[in-house]
Amino acid sequence: MSATTTERGRSAGRGGVRGTATSSSPARGGGKPQRDRSDVKAGYAFLSPWLLGFVLLTAGPMLMSLYLAFTDYNLFRAPTFVGIDNFTALFADPRFLKSAQVTAVYVLVGVPVKLAAALAVAVLLNAKHRGQGAYRSMFYAPSLIGASVSVAIVWRAMFIDDGIADQVQQFFGLPAGGWVGDPSMTMPMMILLAVWQFGAPMVIFLAGLKQIPAELHEAAAVDGAGPIRRFVSVTLPMLSPVLFFNLLLETIGAFQVFSSAFIISGGTGGPADSTLFYTFYLYLKGFTEFRMGYASAMAWVLVLVVGIITAVLFRTSRAWVHYTGDVR
Amino acid sequence: MTTATTTAPSPVVDSSPSVTATRRKRLRSVVFHVLVIAVAVVILYPGVWMVMSSFKPSGDIVGNVNLWPETWTLANYTSALSGIGGVSFWTFVLNSLILAVGSVVGIVLSATVSAYAFARISFPGRGVYFAVMIGTMLLPFHVVIIPQYILFNSMGLVNTFVPLLAPKFLATEAFFVFLMVQFLRGLPRELDEAARIDGCGHWGIFRLVLLPLMRPAVITSSIFAFIWSWNDFLGPLLYLKRPDTYPLPIALRLYVDQTSVSDYGAQMAMAVLALVPVLLFFVVFQRYLVDGVATQGLKG
Repeated sequence: MSATTTERGRSAGRGGVRGTATSSSPARGGGKPQRDRSDVKAGYAFLSPWLLGFVLLTAGPMLMSLYLAFTDYNLFRAPTFVGIDNFTALFADPRFLKSAQVTAVYVLVGVPVKLAAALAVAVLLNAKHRGQGAYRSMFYAPSLIGASVSVAIVWRAMFIDDGIADQVQQFFGLPAGGWVGDPSMTMPMMILLAVWQFGAPMVIFLAGLKQIPAELHEAAAVDGAGPIRRFVSVTLPMLSPVLFFNLLLETIGAFQVFSSAFIISGGTGGPADSTLFYTFYLYLKGFTEFRMGYASAMAWVLVLVVGIITAVLFRTSRAWVHYTGDVR
Repeated sequence: MTTATTTAPSPVVDSSPSVTATRRKRLRSVVFHVLVIAVAVVILYPGVWMVMSSFKPSGDIVGNVNLWPETWTLANYTSALSGIGGVSFWTFVLNSLILAVGSVVGIVLSATVSAYAFARISFPGRGVYFAVMIGTMLLPFHVVIIPQYILFNSMGLVNTFVPLLAPKFLATEAFFVFLMVQFLRGLPRELDEAARIDGCGHWGIFRLVLLPLMRPAVITSSIFAFIWSWNDFLGPLLYLKRPDTYPLPIALRLYVDQTSVSDYGAQMAMAVLALVPVLLFFVVFQRYLVDGVATQGLKG
């Protein structure tokens, strides 16, 4: 994927992360060597689009950016090797630290709030009532358009001075002022935009809830468990694989938020760098200042951080994710 | 979590008279609908406000909490449709369409073929490739945008659609490959065997037997591919610098930057126009979209 907005990956649910590598079936047909050889040929022929894309557009570029991360490069003159200068410069760069902080807050607050909203509404919709399918579709819609420029423009208009948020604040006697221009309010505004798109994880939660056998709830109810107890002791454990899946993808996605912050702040990351998300700063460094070595170093720091978080999530998941044996 | 109370599936184990049971059921239904409608209002408000605002006079948009326009006007649409900086609005639409349709074609071609290799041909190394493919789904793709840009720039392909479309034809979006692999795994192997006995090679099995059966996965992928390309912002922002190559999202941004801050009307009108195809797709294919998301999450 060369350059497709990142936010959108999330809006779809994307594939499973735990997809296990396929078990290669033992050679069929009593071990006919010709078949095998032709299978190898056919395998690579069919795989060639993906393989070519992986080598040329993913693996190759990754290695190249790893190299660039240790150079000074501005696209016009040949890269000069500078060792770890980019990395030491990064951690002395207040704007970099600010962008890391902005992103960390967004991930640490935004993702749990969004998932809580998604789970709450999924549980609500899971009760069998009429209109469930229609509500499900309706709630999913923002996930489809949330990362678009159109929605960012609407968000900006709603949260700007004298905008709707401001009017509501004044109605309740709160201090007046738009959120867009107030460095302390831009983060809540961005998190609201993320939470507004709770539909994609909600749909996944809902599908997970439907798989929980009704007998489990009935048995727990017979044993005297109330609704809250049943939620904690039956629903949550049974839902933990889906919760893990959503947590992983929402976290990775949240690290890559870009276009809404870009539009709402008019391409600046302001006010006071309060919407300068990590990838936004990376873009500014790489594509407006053309400091491509520096931006590559930033990209690799991001890869490492996301990699570590993914590894930690997988590690800890053993303690809290319950797989129901052979059902899967 | 108050919702848990109202919603946990209700195994009615008590033997209370049916009158109270129905009354309780009705109460529960009322609570359900009140809560759900409250959520729906919050969800829909920004979208409805956008559409309604696009028909309000430009000065009457910001801060007008009311949805219904006091005076209706189409002026916003005429100024939005008049284009930007000498480039017609329809040029932007055409650019967006070329990119979106190109993406759909590229992704369907490359992902179905690659998925067949992953799901149906056994050859050494397949497991490793599959794991790598899954791994790329977790990779922050910003790590490749700079080298990719350097690559395409050195080939003189900036300001063309090639950097945006080539990756689609090379199946770099693992989501689609994975979706198709999952779908293929659900199709019985006996089909392949029967076709093989009838003399089909891999290409025949793929083209004549499995591809026609993959229609639902192809449709789901096409819709997502179209909508994601249509809404894509970062890609065109990097590669398309001449206004006559802009797709709608970039044109929209240019519009926001160029028009005076007070001209919210035209911005709203253009924002609405940019979302029309997405909303049409959504209305027509919502089942495919939502079910696609649901099954992907579970099969993972």
